[in-house]
Amino acid sequence: MKIWSSLLAVIVLALLAWAGIEVLHLTALFGIIIPYIALAVFLTGFAGRIIKWGKSPVPFSIPTTCGQQQSLPWIKQDKIENPASTWGVIGRMILEIVLFRSLFRNTRTEKMGSKLAFGSSKWLWLGSMVFHWSLLIILIRHLRFFLNPVPAAIQGLESLDSFLQIGVPLLYITDVLLVLALTYLFLRRVAIPQIKYISLPTDYYPLFLLLGIAASGILMRYFLKVDLAAVKELTMSLVALKPTVALNIGAIFYIHLFLISCLFAYFPFSKLMHAGGIFMSPTRNLANNSRMTRYINPWNYEVKTHSYAEYEDDFREKMRKAGLPLEKEG
Amino acid sequence: MAKLPEQEELLHYKYDIPSTEWMDTPVMIKPGMYCYGAKGKNLETVNFPHARDWSPAGEDWKLPENWKEIILTGMAERLNKYRSFKLFMDICVRCGACADKCHFYMGSGDPKNMPVLRAELLRSVYKRYFTTSGRMFGRLVGARDLTEEVIREWWYYFYQCTECRRCSVFCPYGIDQAEITIIGRELLNLIGLNTEWIAGPVANCYMKGNHVGMEPQAIMDNIEFMLDDIETITGRRIEPSFNRKGAEILFVAPSGDLFAEPGIYTCMGYLMLFEQLGLDYTMSTYASEGGNFGFFTSNEMAKRLNAKIYAEARRLGVKWILGGECGHMWRVINQYMDTWNGPADFLEEPVSPITGTRFTNARSTKMVHIAEFTADLIYHNKLKLEPNRNDHLTVTFHDSCNPSRAMGILEEPRYIINKICNNFYEMPEETIREKTLCCGSGSGLNAGENMELRLRGGFPRANAVQYVRENHGVNVLANICALDRASFPALMDYWVPGVQVMGVHELLGNALVMDGEIERTLNLRLEPLPGKGG
Repeated sequence: MKIWSSLLAVIVLALLAWAGIEVLHLTALFGIIIPYIALAVFLTGFAGRIIKWGKSPVPFSIPTTCGQQQSLPWIKQDKIENPASTWGVIGRMILEIVLFRSLFRNTRTEKMGSKLAFGSSKWLWLGSMVFHWSLLIILIRHLRFFLNPVPAAIQGLESLDSFLQIGVPLLYITDVLLVLALTYLFLRRVAIPQIKYISLPTDYYPLFLLLGIAASGILMRYFLKVDLAAVKELTMSLVALKPTVALNIGAIFYIHLFLISCLFAYFPFSKLMHAGGIFMSPTRNLANNSRMTRYINPWNYEVKTHSYAEYEDDFREKMRKAGLPLEKEG
Repeated sequence: MAKLPEQEELLHYKYDIPSTEWMDTPVMIKPGMYCYGAKGKNLETVNFPHARDWSPAGEDWKLPENWKEIILTGMAERLNKYRSFKLFMDICVRCGACADKCHFYMGSGDPKNMPVLRAELLRSVYKRYFTTSGRMFGRLVGARDLTEEVIREWWYYFYQCTECRRCSVFCPYGIDQAEITIIGRELLNLIGLNTEWIAGPVANCYMKGNHVGMEPQAIMDNIEFMLDDIETITGRRIEPSFNRKGAEILFVAPSGDLFAEPGIYTCMGYLMLFEQLGLDYTMSTYASEGGNFGFFTSNEMAKRLNAKIYAEARRLGVKWILGGECGHMWRVINQYMDTWNGPADFLEEPVSPITGTRFTNARSTKMVHIAEFTADLIYHNKLKLEPNRNDHLTVTFHDSCNPSRAMGILEEPRYIINKICNNFYEMPEETIREKTLCCGSGSGLNAGENMELRLRGGFPRANAVQYVRENHGVNVLANICALDRASFPALMDYWVPGVQVMGVHELLGNALVMDGEIERTLNLRLEPLPGKGG
């Protein structure tokens, strides 16, 4: 049910775009107005969420330490996994964000009779890496539609991505990898009972949406072959803020664009915000140096304590008998 | 304590999932899996709201009239105070990397013990009341109403989490269930829901200075017993001081070490070491607790209990503070104490009077871990050691959760152990250092009535101990945590009989050669040392 409703939602969105173009000919709505709105929602929503998080302080220094602390000079500190300096934190964050360091630790626990076994389990790490990196490369590749002339770096990336030289137009490796990775991420969610149990519709929906975007893009590039010149004319006009309605681009393009618009507009209000959140995670982006440098809590306040004087009042006689020094004799 | 279930019965579970979705699976408050509800009088001692006697097994939890409003207001307040809370509520993608990392899940198979789902218990309420999508789409986005049933579920499962942070090591965004449990427990305390095993020690610690409620003369008597034993073992009479002004160092131990076996043997190790060094130190009967059960209650309560350490250091005019072997105590000292109750500008940067080493890593808190202190002594050859006195012991080391994952004191204890024991073997690497498995009794869960929970939570760790016992004949589980010493003996007896639990400084006390001592024939437990007559 959770799965079907998410899939249905994406299918309905795709049909909406198809009907909007093929039946109602709303090219300006789907080609100009909705993309602009989606981008605006994405930018303001993303910034808004970051500001919302940023407004709450980090009252305590709570890094999760994953290696040896800095202590005695002859004990080797793990400067990345247990950083005491800003540079160490930067190193740790780069490893987390670029290489998904923590996910790479993943193990799998199995119970065999009365014994537990811990096995290495890197598939989730691999699937996530392939997905995120493919998506990034594809995003960068798409800059060719928004820049004129197309920078050499992007052209270089394109030829690297298609170096297998399969078919016409040339097959992009990342297109294949993206679909494979998304399929894996979906399959593990339904095939592993525990993961299925914790999954919400909002976990399936982005997967289907991304698969829809990938599928429509692949259809468009390799099979239905839309007029790329017309597409670029539209995208460049969007960039120049002088949008012109493009005719004669197939409905498949508008489906692709509409699904992307939906993803952008959905992004800031969903778990996809982990993309921004990871930078702010206090268990990762703080140095473990709170014994060296006092960490300040902006809302630290005075609390009621039970003072030594009160304690001595409570136990004075007993303390005297035990021969303990006293502050007050009375 | 009720009769313990058979191992077979306890291990009769699978990592299956129920037929109903978790939101539709009602919580079963199962005997053996929870601690008794807090007594009203103990909450009153520390002026906590809605103090009352209540029973978790009962139908009526006697919640205050406006409990829902209190919880939601409390959540709003904490969302504004803790970025961690806000962020961790928002960014989980439910990838499941944490799912099988929790010892309670590993040992019970209860899916609500998967960290992600334990967080979801609170996240679902956050979504419902604090996000637009949750208000609009409800269950479709994982939101649900806050009901009394939800409160029961929170109470049951937030007291089935030891705040060990193992999940946060594996989470790609560092989401820390400890943080969520801490907030969850704070919220529950707003409506008077706590456990007696935590509320009692908190009240004790507030009034008497330590969790176990020892009054000043009782602390001194306990130490006196230890001194008698030390005299029997070494022929040396030690005379430590208490509440002495002008000492160079204030020594603060977890009160468990002053109170009961096997912690007292660790304490004897401290006392013998300090005597041999001629250290100018004193202990306080007021600041007689390094641990902090307030930390398992609320941030404010933790701060209130912690305050006495700096207050006493200031009153006594010491130069710096040395802390004993304890787990959550060191999380609090490393990550909270200076922030709460500092700056400790009335103290000096700690310097070892024996080696001259400056503990620059503690230059702001002015508090040094005894494993750092002792490792430094051994490195500089300041101790005469006879490791062969420990030859009948085959040792493995249990990294305690907090010192590993909230501090990173991994090599210091290993260095010491390797100098005082000839037989040392590590447990499998997935179960040590930052990946260490919890004892299952931390964060105030080491009671008697919840023994089934503790046995389950401790099972993964015990399993790793069993592995080194079978492969290397390990018979000692060494550690640097008072809670480990209090909780592991029962767990080892149950899962891996024949393994003793010892603090690192107990092993040190055995290996340490003191000036003018008699020939040792007994270890610190007054058992004959093999091959030494006796």
